[in-house]
Amino acid sequence: MSEPRLVEVRRNVLKQNDVIARALRERFREAGVFVVSLVSSPGSGKTAFLERTLTELQPRYRVAALVGDLATENDAVRLARSQAPVKQITTGTLCHLEAAMVQNALQAWDLRNMDFLFIENVGNLVCPSSYDLGENMRLVLMSVTEGEDKPLKYPTIFNSADVAVVTKNDLADAVEFDWNAAQKSIQSVRPGMKIFRLSAKSGEGMQEYLEFLSAQLSEQRALAET
Amino acid sequence: MGIVDAALEEAQKRQVRVSAVHLRLGALSGVVKDALLFSYEVACQDTPLEGSHLIVEDLPVVVFCSRCNERRTLPSLQLFECPECGAPAGNIVQGRELEVFALEIEDDLPAEKSADRKAQNEQAQNEEVRK
Repeated sequence: MSEPRLVEVRRNVLKQNDVIARALRERFREAGVFVVSLVSSPGSGKTAFLERTLTELQPRYRVAALVGDLATENDAVRLARSQAPVKQITTGTLCHLEAAMVQNALQAWDLRNMDFLFIENVGNLVCPSSYDLGENMRLVLMSVTEGEDKPLKYPTIFNSADVAVVTKNDLADAVEFDWNAAQKSIQSVRPGMKIFRLSAKSGEGMQEYLEFLSAQLSEQRALAET
Repeated sequence: MGIVDAALEEAQKRQVRVSAVHLRLGALSGVVKDALLFSYEVACQDTPLEGSHLIVEDLPVVVFCSRCNERRTLPSLQLFECPECGAPAGNIVQGRELEVFALEIEDDLPAEKSADRKAQNEQAQNEEVRK
């Protein structure tokens, strides 16, 4: 037998996902829908935050949501209370969403009838960071009960996000949340990232975030026209 | 596992037997090296890659610092700033890779013999599976 030799193949393992994600992004752009994905650890309040977002945007915009979980349709049922179209993606044993799942879930929906589409990822701060879903904006959520140094512990996902939202601010005093330390750790892993501080329960801080979303939509549509 | 699938496909294309898969893994890829090494063996079971090794090359995060006008390697994932001048580091030029870079192969198959050798290889693989 001859000596082992090395052949270069240079193959991106996630290429298949990236190709689908790129196609999705193009579809979103053509349809004029602004797509936001949400990532966070389990229990930080993605669903409550999304429910509030959908409810508040409803009077002015056409909104819809996809929600990923390992099992159960509970989140979809909860979000459907907002009256927005909602579809659950159950991943079985998979700890994250992939672009192909989003593509499948969207089959029956006409994207041209939407202004905003939200994609709630599986609660996990590790794996979702590697998978592009074609979204326009990745939002990472952390709650005040999680500890100010969460971004330092999961730098990959915070670095891959475009916007950070600190939630459950109604509990900030009870847990002696240090806002400056939290800001500092977010900025340290993703310099310049926009941060919102709010409570989906009390509604405090929601307005600023919703206005930001509106501005993003207008900006994207203006860009699409040029 | 995507890595095994990619390596298998490349091996099949070239009609070669693979003894090791070289992977380039960026520090920001979101993949944990130890978990990868652990699951590689399991993922290779009952495939032509069974018994092969996974060799991982860790790639640190490299940013382009516009203040220094230089590429800089970040010593830590907890601080995205230029290690020289302290400017915020947003322009990442390396660190997200998850790439099957190369295959270590045991033999070279000339084109004219490949059909013949393919049959032999398959036979050998089948025998190995039976073992």
